[in-house]
Amino acid sequence: MSDNGTFVAEVRDVPGGEAINECIQCGTCTGSCPNAKYMDYAPRKVIYMIKAGMKEEVLSCNTMWYCATCYLCTARCPRDVKPTGIMNALASLSVRHKLTNKKTLTPIFYKAFVDVIRNNGRAHEGGMMMKAYMRIFWKKLKSNPIKAFGMISLVKMLPFAFSLLKRGRMPLKAKKIKDRDGFKAIIAKAQSLGGA
Amino acid sequence: MALRRSLPKLKAWGALKMKAYSYYPGCSDEATGIAYGISMRAIGDALGMQLDELEDWNCCGTTPYHVAEELEAICVAGRNLALAEEKGQDIVTGCNACFVTLGKTNQRLSNNPELRAMANEALAEGNLKYNGGLKVRHLLEVIVNDIGYDQIASKVTKKLEGLKVACYYGCQLTRPNLGFDDTENPQSMDKLVEALGAETVPFEMKARCCSASLVMSEEDLALGLINKILKNAQDNNADCIITACPLCQLNLDAYQSKAKKKNEEDYEIPVFFFTQLLGMALGISEKELAFKKGVVSSKKVLAPYL
Repeated sequence: MSDNGTFVAEVRDVPGGEAINECIQCGTCTGSCPNAKYMDYAPRKVIYMIKAGMKEEVLSCNTMWYCATCYLCTARCPRDVKPTGIMNALASLSVRHKLTNKKTLTPIFYKAFVDVIRNNGRAHEGGMMMKAYMRIFWKKLKSNPIKAFGMISLVKMLPFAFSLLKRGRMPLKAKKIKDRDGFKAIIAKAQSLGGA
Repeated sequence: MALRRSLPKLKAWGALKMKAYSYYPGCSDEATGIAYGISMRAIGDALGMQLDELEDWNCCGTTPYHVAEELEAICVAGRNLALAEEKGQDIVTGCNACFVTLGKTNQRLSNNPELRAMANEALAEGNLKYNGGLKVRHLLEVIVNDIGYDQIASKVTKKLEGLKVACYYGCQLTRPNLGFDDTENPQSMDKLVEALGAETVPFEMKARCCSASLVMSEEDLALGLINKILKNAQDNNADCIITACPLCQLNLDAYQSKAKKKNEEDYEIPVFFFTQLLGMALGISEKELAFKKGVVSSKKVLAPYL
C-alpha cells in the first residue's frame, strides 16, 4: 500500500527524515537526549505520533526546538533512523505549514539568524540578537504592552556582551561576502525548487 | 660552508613537504572564536600545514538554517563545497558545527545524484557546480592523522609537565560518525595532550552537549548542561579544559560565571582551544596564541609554563 499523502510520507520526503519507517520504538533516542525533559513529547513519542498522522500536534509542539543537534540519539539508534535528521525536518515543516510553536523563542532566533545570512552570506551575532529581540518586542507590544516594556530587564545582558566586546570577540560591524548577488540568486533558485 | 649551502635546499624541501588545505574559517573565526583562528595560523607554519583560506566562503548555515526548506540549507552549505572543489584541496575547518554541516551536506550531495542535480540547478545561478566526492575534514583530525603524534612530540620545545587537562570534544566532532574517532569516548585530543607532555584527566562529559546556540533562547537549559561539564572537569581536578570547537569554548568560557552562579557551584577553569596549548608546547609566545581573549583568566594556570 502506498503511503503517499500521509504525514509520515511528508516527513520521509524531507532530506533527513528518510529513515523514519525503520523505527522500532525502542526509546534509545529519548533515553539519550539531554533535553528530553523540556520537550512536549520526547523523541520516541514524536516519531510514533508522526506515524499516527498527528500532523498538527507534532508540527506545533516544542520538541524540535529543544533539539541541540548533538546527535547522541543518531549515534546510538540501533536502526539508523537518524532522529536528529527527523528533528531538523520537523523544524523545516513546521515553518512551511506556519504551525511553529509559540511558547519557545528558539524559532525567532533561528529565523533572525537565517535572515542575516540570506542578506550578508555571513553570520553576525550582534545583528542577529538585535533582530530577534526587536521581533520579540513587537510581538509582545501587540499582545501585552506591559510585558513588552518588561524587556528592559535585558540590560542585565550588557555586562556579558561587554565582556566579549572588550576582548574583540563581538564585532559590531557585520561581515559580508563579495559575491552577494550570486549568493542571493542561488538562494532564490533553491527556494523556487525546494519544498512542496 | 657546506651547511650554509645546504640550508636553502633544506628550506625548499620543507616548503615541498608543506601540505596545503582549503581552510574554511567559519563565522566565529572573526568573532567569538577569534583566538582559535589566531592560534591556528600560528601553529600552521610550525607544523608544516598550509591553510589557504577558501576565497569568498559563506556561512555554512548550521543548525538554525533548518527553519528554511532543506534544499535551501543544502545549497547554502553546498556553495562552499563547490568553491573548494574548484581548488581541488580537502576542505578543513576547526569548527565542529561547520564540520558537521559541511560534512553532512557533502554526504547527501555525493550519495544522492537526484538531490545533487537539484542543488546544482540552484548553484548554477552563482556560476558554481558541485560534482561530489570532496573530503571535509576537521582540523584536529588533520593534525593527528596527517602530522601525527610522534612528529608533534618531536617538535615540542616546552613540555607542559604537570598540567592537568580535561579534553572536551563536544558533540558534533564525532557525531554523527563522519569517520573520525569514537562517537562517545573519543581519544585523539587526549593522545595529543600526552604528546605535549601534559596530563589528561578522566572526563566523562567529554563528548556531551554544551547546548550550542540554544544558549541564546533557552539560557536556563543551557546553563544546566554547561554546569554539568564544568563540574565534571572540576571533580576530576582539571587545571584547564581544551576544546576543538568555538561554540563549546564560548559556552564554557563566557557563560562560566553565569553557570556557576545559577547552580551555586564554585569553579574557575580556563577554557582554551587545543591549538593554543599545542602552540605553547611548540614554543610560540603567549601573545601570538591570543590567551588574553579568554573571559576566565588563564594567568594562574599558565604561569609555570611562561
